[in-house]
Amino acid sequence: MSEATFTLDGKTIPFREGQTIMQAAMAAAAYIPRLCYHPGLKPHGSCKLCTVKVNGRHTASCTYQAQPGLAVESDTEELNGERRSLLQMLFVEGNHFCPSCEASGNCQLQATAYELKMMTPHYDHFFPDRPVDASHPEYLLDFNRCILCSLCVRASRDVDGKNVFALAERGIKTRLIVNAESGLLADTNFSADDMAAHVCPVGVILRKRTGFSVPIGQRTYDINPISALPQPKAGES
Amino acid sequence: MTHSFETAARPENLRRVAIDPLSRVEGHGKVTLLLDENNKVQQARLHIVEFRGFEKFIQGRPYWEVPVMVQRLCGICPVSHHLASSKAMDVIVGAKQLTPTAEKIRRLMHYGQILQSHALHFFHLSSPDLLFGFDSDMAKRNIVGVAEKYPDTARQGVLLRKFGQEVIRHTAGKRIHGTGAIPGGVNKSLTVPERDELLKDIGQIVAWSRDAVHLIKQMHNQNSALYDGFGAFRANFMSILGDDGALDLYHGSLRGRDADGNILFDGMDYQDYTALIEEDVKPWTYMKFPYLKSRGPQDGWYRVGPLSRVQNCDAIPTPLAEMERREFIDYSANTPLHAPLGYHWTRMIEMLFAAEMINELLHDDDILGTDLMTSGERAEEGVGVIEAPRGTLIHHYRVDENDLVTMCNLIVSTTHNNQAMNEAVRQVALQYLDGNEITEGLLNHIEVAIRAFDPCLSCATHALGKMPLQVELLDNTGAMLSTFTRSADNG
Repeated sequence: MSEATFTLDGKTIPFREGQTIMQAAMAAAAYIPRLCYHPGLKPHGSCKLCTVKVNGRHTASCTYQAQPGLAVESDTEELNGERRSLLQMLFVEGNHFCPSCEASGNCQLQATAYELKMMTPHYDHFFPDRPVDASHPEYLLDFNRCILCSLCVRASRDVDGKNVFALAERGIKTRLIVNAESGLLADTNFSADDMAAHVCPVGVILRKRTGFSVPIGQRTYDINPISALPQPKAGES
Repeated sequence: MTHSFETAARPENLRRVAIDPLSRVEGHGKVTLLLDENNKVQQARLHIVEFRGFEKFIQGRPYWEVPVMVQRLCGICPVSHHLASSKAMDVIVGAKQLTPTAEKIRRLMHYGQILQSHALHFFHLSSPDLLFGFDSDMAKRNIVGVAEKYPDTARQGVLLRKFGQEVIRHTAGKRIHGTGAIPGGVNKSLTVPERDELLKDIGQIVAWSRDAVHLIKQMHNQNSALYDGFGAFRANFMSILGDDGALDLYHGSLRGRDADGNILFDGMDYQDYTALIEEDVKPWTYMKFPYLKSRGPQDGWYRVGPLSRVQNCDAIPTPLAEMERREFIDYSANTPLHAPLGYHWTRMIEMLFAAEMINELLHDDDILGTDLMTSGERAEEGVGVIEAPRGTLIHHYRVDENDLVTMCNLIVSTTHNNQAMNEAVRQVALQYLDGNEITEGLLNHIEVAIRAFDPCLSCATHALGKMPLQVELLDNTGAMLSTFTRSADNG
């Protein structure tokens, strides 16, 4: 039986029934920008970076089921321009100070911004006041860099079975919280073995006292741009 | 001393002349002069008008982030802040003695930094004044003018700086704002190809550094009246020195001397610097005025940097630089030289020392080692001190049990030199401007004196003739009498 296929920017992509466009594209090593998608977790469709055009209509590729014969556009000037605007909004909503961030070089937000040639933040910075939670002996939460991707929420709930993290409030006030009356990570059952400890795409959930131990030139995205890296498979962080 | 010219008795009746800004990059500063009806100087002040706020916004940040964040204080010598804060954090993580590889990689980084910064200051920023004259044609008084008339000198300056930047790149990952030092050690050593790349050129670098000392020495010898007298004032001086009293720019204990060269204190552990130094505040500038507690604010201010270090140490532990130090000491007849232009001579001696130290370290296999980190008993408070290119740099932190910084105090070289730079400005104003009509050339004399201390303030003033210098003459009601503007358009 011949494989079902669709086209992504003119390239033929095979897929299995039930796969999303994102899953099929990743299996074929075709890069679609994304921040809230992880192959080991249910898709959330919230960051909108993976938005593609399917038969001319915008949709999130991480939630859209692949179907035979679809004509999917992704790497176009229009879509990349929209992605840049989304990135710029993410940058100004938080406090993303790359020069002194220990996630620099390993950060998917930074790497995606480089990939999509985001040159300036464009919008006015919000400069939110978000104190660091350093209560846990091994891990630190720097909420300044949170992009509300909810990967930690899903990892903790669906894989770790713990519900350590949640997104509280709504709209512009949405924020990441932890499951403790004190509001402190030290008072949750968070553990270094949790998937949630390793899934943050930016610099929020950080192992303490290890920052900057990898020299410049040897960090993840020093070596290859994010689009050229091997695509992670389900179960990988 | 010219303390009397810090504040005029009746400022309301005087004309105000402002050189504002002195700088547009690394340190915004201005000079204000108050003149009476005969153009006699009644008041002269150097104001540092920048406010950076690092001491505040570092609070609440994790301690391991500090060495990377605070280096953004400066684009010329970020390695100094990177290393001083790393040394403070070594104390926090209980790393009393770094591994040999870590210590030597940091030293290599620091001497690369000294080399590039000193070369930048001497060749790019100050040599136009020294080679062409303080009031020479402004259009040529810059590094491009030097490159036209003295192409070999300019080329050597550029390549010396480039080499220093390469040393930094190999040890810190980037030429500017790298991440090499981390609390308790370093994150990389050198590979053999990296070391060999630096070894290839180090012989030439040492030779050019020696030539640079000879160049400035020749200038002093040819015009000693100008070089020794220009803006000269007596001052105490201070630096850290190695345990044996030898010049060591990376680590040591504090020694201070009075203006006659008598030792005031010696072997002082810099962890206790607060017992030694107090900081005074004045209403007309953001920069504090440190002074030695034992001598009080009037007599306790001091000078830091190359002129202090080379005269404070007992010896320089590399042969060529030591030979030059001895010549310098002989020149000043064994008494402290207090001439601001002496900074350039001693700076070049230090550049030679840095080149020789890099050569020594490149021949030491420890820089290829793999044992990079150490730690020990955790502390709540740590002080890191280093001799930055411009002088003693103090970083002081407290860190809570959750690893977040709760207190930060930085005393940078320019702050130590605040009173001294003010003194130099007053001396030059009295020597050259007093009673004269103000011209650009005369104003440049003041900048020449400031430049001798701190290239952060001089970088903009030699920005290829584009320095945004504006001098306004106001009458005692504040009305504009005349204005003089130097810009790219008319300059």
